[in-house]
Amino acid sequence: MSPSSLLFTSSPHIHAGDSIPRIMHTVILALMPATLMSVLIFGWPALLILVITTATAMLTEYLMMKIRNRPSPLGDMSAALTGILLALTLPPHTPWWVCVVGGVFAILLGKFVYGGLGFNMFNPALIARVFLLISFPVELTSWPQPTGLFGQQALSFMDSLSLITTGHLASGKLADAISAATPLGQYHVVVGMGKTVHEALGGDYAFSYISAFTGFINGSLGETSAIALALGGVYLIRKRIISWHIPVSMFAGILIPATIFWILNGSKYPDPLFHLLTGGLILGAFFMATDMVTSPVTPLGQIIFGAGCGLLTYIIRTWGGYPEGVSFAIVIMNATVPLLDQYTHPVVYGKAKKNV
Amino acid sequence: MGIVASVLKKFHGGVHPPGHKDLSEHCAIEPMPLPKRLVVPFHQHLGAPSEPVVKVGDTVFKGDLLGGAAGGISATVHAPTSGTIVAIEEHVVGHPSGLTMLCAIIEPDGKDQWNPQLKGVDNPLSLEPVAVRDLVKNAGVVGLGGATFPSFVKLSPPRDKVVDLLLINAVECEPYLTCDARLMEERPKDVIEGIRIMLHALQTKECVIGIEDNKPKAIAAMQNAVAAEASQSAAAIRVVVLPVMYPQGSEKQLIEVVTGRQVPSRKLPIDIGVIVHNVATAVAVRDAVCFGHPLVSRIVTVTGKGINRPANIEVLIGTQVDDIIAHCGGLKPDIHKVVMGGPMMGLALHQTNVPVVKGCSGILALTRGESSEKPEHSCIRCGSCVNACPIQLVPCSMAWFAKTEQLDQLSKADLFDCIECGSCAYVCPANVPLVHYFRYGKLALQSKDREEKKRELTIQRSKLREERLAREKEEKERKKEEMKAKMAAKKKSGKEADKQNPAAESGNEAQA
Ligand code: SF4
Ligand code: SF4
Repeated sequence: MSPSSLLFTSSPHIHAGDSIPRIMHTVILALMPATLMSVLIFGWPALLILVITTATAMLTEYLMMKIRNRPSPLGDMSAALTGILLALTLPPHTPWWVCVVGGVFAILLGKFVYGGLGFNMFNPALIARVFLLISFPVELTSWPQPTGLFGQQALSFMDSLSLITTGHLASGKLADAISAATPLGQYHVVVGMGKTVHEALGGDYAFSYISAFTGFINGSLGETSAIALALGGVYLIRKRIISWHIPVSMFAGILIPATIFWILNGSKYPDPLFHLLTGGLILGAFFMATDMVTSPVTPLGQIIFGAGCGLLTYIIRTWGGYPEGVSFAIVIMNATVPLLDQYTHPVVYGKAKKNV
Repeated sequence: MGIVASVLKKFHGGVHPPGHKDLSEHCAIEPMPLPKRLVVPFHQHLGAPSEPVVKVGDTVFKGDLLGGAAGGISATVHAPTSGTIVAIEEHVVGHPSGLTMLCAIIEPDGKDQWNPQLKGVDNPLSLEPVAVRDLVKNAGVVGLGGATFPSFVKLSPPRDKVVDLLLINAVECEPYLTCDARLMEERPKDVIEGIRIMLHALQTKECVIGIEDNKPKAIAAMQNAVAAEASQSAAAIRVVVLPVMYPQGSEKQLIEVVTGRQVPSRKLPIDIGVIVHNVATAVAVRDAVCFGHPLVSRIVTVTGKGINRPANIEVLIGTQVDDIIAHCGGLKPDIHKVVMGGPMMGLALHQTNVPVVKGCSGILALTRGESSEKPEHSCIRCGSCVNACPIQLVPCSMAWFAKTEQLDQLSKADLFDCIECGSCAYVCPANVPLVHYFRYGKLALQSKDREEKKRELTIQRSKLREERLAREKEEKERKKEEMKAKMAAKKKSGKEADKQNPAAESGNEAQA
């Protein structure tokens, strides 16, 4: 008897109606506030990057399916989601070819070499981002100030198109958008030189919690607006696409050590709110670490996984060589998932100690 | 404070499938006209098949024995109506593999006449508990909730076990099904009578009837019936209203909800002092004891959007599903699946010319819209199945081990604790047919077990053989040595030795 010979008779005969496309659509919907904010904050270049990565990801998926002679699963939008997520982790003026390399890498090496959706070990968008960061450190670490979609500083569509495709503005002159370090980068460099947190973030840099909350600070496209991301995250939890375990434990994993060190030495270690609002923490906690395929299936496993992501992020941010650690932390924790799953099985009915 | 928890507990996981009980819950139980032919399988219960005691050409009364119980866990089978046995042959039955089974084919004589010798007991509560149990056993009563475990076994607990609680399972948590609800609405007194008899057989003082709150009429009827006779007996019967949750009607989950305790793995409810019987079984016990009527009919819910006239019907065992469907106005054109039992655990039928058996609580005619079969995607590890499983298993990994035939891993995965409730597959967004893989995995493990036992036996046998051969060889060597020694001795001591050795040698021969 082969496993497939009995399929049609198997109970149950009804289904709750959840489907992979529905999950992907919901996640994309939950990302919309952050996506829209990224365009509002960073202007046309943001939209172009979003379009390029998403299109590349979907095209790669389509071609792979063609080659393997399988029905195209583009309808499930998982490739589109990967593309959007990748774009949201990129700097605002990322050149087109970096976007293309990232999109292809995410689908091809992030997903297909493992056997497709469901078999990949690492979050495709994140592994692509890590790859880009290592391969193209310059392009991946230039942080132009947000110029907005409208307003005086905003780039026109043509300028933006030209900027992303050639590196020059349409008028031919070199883009000299004002760049500045991200808050985490600023902290990393200045405190690294022996100065205090206050000196790093105050003064000329003038870090503002309000800007970090709304998103009008420099950073990757989709990571800056804490409020937009939180909105999407809460929506995902309410829709039961994700559970609270990973985000909550990830926040705890970073905020607890952040609080302890801040209390111990506030001049060297920034306060927990700074850690919460800057960098990719909220994007990572709600949308990256919670990627179903690459996170544990058991509740306890999810809690350990999330806590690990948070703790590693804190360690990398505070003592590591990179100013931001969310991507690395999640990718490292992805690798522990098989183990976590294996050793965090719930106690089976009737097998609890008190019963025996 | 007894064994019943003061507050209802929750079991882990569970799902909320839409009830669809409105299709048939208003339909009063109706009898079905005698069909032209009844096909009565000899094996309708958990345990050994019954052995035929009739032959072709025999005429039988309603209630006559057709098959006698074989062995400790088995159940008798009786003629559902009066008529002639026209054949005893293999016939298709509702079974996952589409297997045939030995059945008695009866042509009814139209009189539907009980055997006049069948007599009930006027005052069952004055019987010895053992006598009750024998009546139930002889009447072929099995659990009517679907598990079809012979009921007498669960009415005769081992002497060293005390039964603190009789738990009546009136949960009917499977969507669509309404037969138990109707039974409680229409025959609440009979249910209570049955419970009294069971309490007496078990010598138990406490009974809880668990009903989900989506059956307000059944709850009211049972509460009234309990109140009406509360003063008559020392034993307390209580109706406990439960919030709707699938699979609350599973024995283990119901026990957990009502008592707050779990049945230890690989143990029985009796081990924590609980016995669970289905509500319809209570009525069958009552009919068996008070009237001497064996179990020859049951109430079946015929429902689903694919049937023209949903109904709750009292059906004779052996009535073909075809006949029932025809009685209910036939199937609609967009029929997709006919299921025997409920939609979560029932069995899809390959063909509809199969008989209703004792464990069949429903016949579902599902349309494409109600039951859509979507292609299987690989698991996306969303964890929904883990959250839904009432046993707290990790369904996705068990299914993976079964699918990829990693039997070693599978045997470590508590697969046999799975109750096949289907909650996991119900929620799976990737449409992984999890329960199918579990059934497959269980079979694979069992056959591997058998093979291993066989192999072990073979190994043991060959070991013994090797040992024997080795011994024989040794024996030969020894003889050779002896021979040599003898020869040598002969040469030395001449005729003296010649007289002793032949005797020793022949002794050795006999041993080898
Ligand atoms: S519900 Fe389905 S897709 Fe989700 S983890 Fe379980 S088997 Fe995998
Ligand atoms: S079918 Fe088995 S694994 Fe699935 S939910 Fe039910 S008990 Fe758990």
